[in-house]
Amino acid sequence: MFHKVVVPVDLAHEAALQKALQVAATMAKTHAAEVCYVGVASASPSALARSPAEYKAKLESFAQSQAAQYAIKASAHAIMSHDPATDLNKALEAAIADLQADLVVMATHVPNISDYIWAGHGAHVAAHSTASVLLVRD
Amino acid sequence: MTDQTTETSDGIPSPDGAAHIIDTEYEIGQDNLEGSVGPFGFDIHNPVFAISGLAIVAFVFYTLALPEQAGSLFSWLFSTVTKGFDWFFLGAANIFVIFCLFLIVTPFGNVRLGGTEAEPDYSYIGWFAMLFAAGMGIGLMFYGVSEPLSHFASSMGGTAAENGARTDWAPLGGAAGNEAEAVRLGMAATIFHWGLHPWAIYAVVALALALFSYNKGLPLTIRSAFYPIFGDAVWGWVGHVIDILAVFATLFGLATSLGFGATQANAGLNELFGIAVGPTTEVILISAITAVALVSVMRGLDGGVKILSEINMGLAFLLLIFVLLVGPTVFLLSLFWDSLVAYVQFLPALSNPVGREDVNFMQGWTSFYWAWWISWSPFVGMFIARVSRGRTVREFIICVLLIPSMVCVLWMSVFGGTAIYQVITDGYTVAQEATLELKLFKMLDVMPLAGITSLVGIVLVIVFFVTSSDSGSLVIDTITAGGKVDAPVPQRAFWCIFEGAVAIVLLLSAGGLQSLQSMVISTGLPFTVVLLIMCYAILRGLMSERKNT
Repeated sequence: MFHKVVVPVDLAHEAALQKALQVAATMAKTHAAEVCYVGVASASPSALARSPAEYKAKLESFAQSQAAQYAIKASAHAIMSHDPATDLNKALEAAIADLQADLVVMATHVPNISDYIWAGHGAHVAAHSTASVLLVRD
Repeated sequence: MTDQTTETSDGIPSPDGAAHIIDTEYEIGQDNLEGSVGPFGFDIHNPVFAISGLAIVAFVFYTLALPEQAGSLFSWLFSTVTKGFDWFFLGAANIFVIFCLFLIVTPFGNVRLGGTEAEPDYSYIGWFAMLFAAGMGIGLMFYGVSEPLSHFASSMGGTAAENGARTDWAPLGGAAGNEAEAVRLGMAATIFHWGLHPWAIYAVVALALALFSYNKGLPLTIRSAFYPIFGDAVWGWVGHVIDILAVFATLFGLATSLGFGATQANAGLNELFGIAVGPTTEVILISAITAVALVSVMRGLDGGVKILSEINMGLAFLLLIFVLLVGPTVFLLSLFWDSLVAYVQFLPALSNPVGREDVNFMQGWTSFYWAWWISWSPFVGMFIARVSRGRTVREFIICVLLIPSMVCVLWMSVFGGTAIYQVITDGYTVAQEATLELKLFKMLDVMPLAGITSLVGIVLVIVFFVTSSDSGSLVIDTITAGGKVDAPVPQRAFWCIFEGAVAIVLLLSAGGLQSLQSMVISTGLPFTVVLLIMCYAILRGLMSERKNT
């Protein structure tokens, strides 16, 4: 039913992603789909990587470790953004379209009062993407 | 230091190419505290965030609790700094200009910020609009008319002396009674304060930060430029102090100019629409400017700051063209060329740091300006660095130093020239006699479509404040997050609101704005030393880049 599953990942908060990663792998196995892990980062040095290339390499190795762990076909897609904190939603929307994904599996937090001011990224993607979106609460 | 050649990859639109990364154990964000206050997440540097926040609150309280003591202390500090160290400011600024010009013509100019194959993050127009709006957009609105008029008038007045010391404010030897020469000297003196020197100050800071962040892999904070001097000690208290000082100067610089700006916008609105002048209107203005800046900063660099900067540059350009065409066009065009020639001609004398007779002009104008630009340089420099990745050093200096200087020459020639023409030819002296905040409006008053152009003027003033406020909040947020540019959005919203709140508190207290602005300008002195060290650090950084890539 699904061919390509996109999983947005924030490598700085890997622990919070575990449930979503597991769900994505299970869906991919069931449908024999490929999983693409999408990360958005800034070109400025960060805690994760000190250059865009280093970030890309980290994301690639993360994808390969997921592939080995769950025995699935996986790839990585890194996006460099000028201001990741605010541009994340649009960058994800664009990546989902570019990669022609038909399912997005995304970790989201339980809704709280701040969602009235800053809607969660999952909610935004679900509202704007043409792909099916599965939000996994942490 | 070790060599690291980074590779180009498909997933990343901006290829990196070779860069010479500094090998340090420090991990960006290692000193940060992460957590949440209620539903709002935070990721802040410990202790830079807390100390700068608390120090700002403490200084505001001190100014409010002991206004007279604070006022006299800060004004003493300000006058000691600008008068006692005038030679130091002038000499250092000359070094910055020569240093930048040196980088253009040497092979160092070929080094690309972000690695040999990095592609520019922004188009020329978007980049230029942002650096100009953050750098001096607002100043041009206020001083474009008033400064040429002041120097023209003082030059015409000639020199006067008492006990062997000059008491007049004329630049150099003045031009007593010689109208044509007074125009040339007045324009040259104005352009001197808005041309190569201020932009060289910004360029040094911006280049140091961009180089050490994008090529050397260090966090985007002021302290990173000091790595070649202090090594890993820069991640300790030495670095904390540098970053805290930068946050301090940025926030107070923005808050005090926001306060003054509100007073000035209020005067303009009163002139146009008869809106009452008073604290209520001013508090509403600051709140409105902060609210728009808040929306802009939450929309981010591309969705907010860049769009507003471009809109404002477009509007400013239209106003410039309007004044040029409707005003005395031929006079202005020839003045543009004459001013440029006069600037080059008087530059050596105006920038001479020692043995000057025109002490009032040198200390009251030049030294004050240099301290002012330098105290703003951590903010403007850091912002320029943030948007300059992918440019070569040569391209960077040409676009941050030469082009903005030329735009200032054009702006000053058109606005100042029109006002001077009105005085000389039409005998219209209302603009000359008006208070600072009204000069622009009084000049536009006697031109066609005055209602519309004055309204455009007020919109420009207000939007330039918004673009300073939003880019300033971004800068403070990045420094207080230890160089992280992806800290939670509520944090930058916090700084934006905090800055507006400090401005309102200072505005409502008698003399609060004045005394804290004196203090901010005084921070120009330690920062001058910081900038001189930065020049050395840039050279070291560029040498290793040339050698290893």
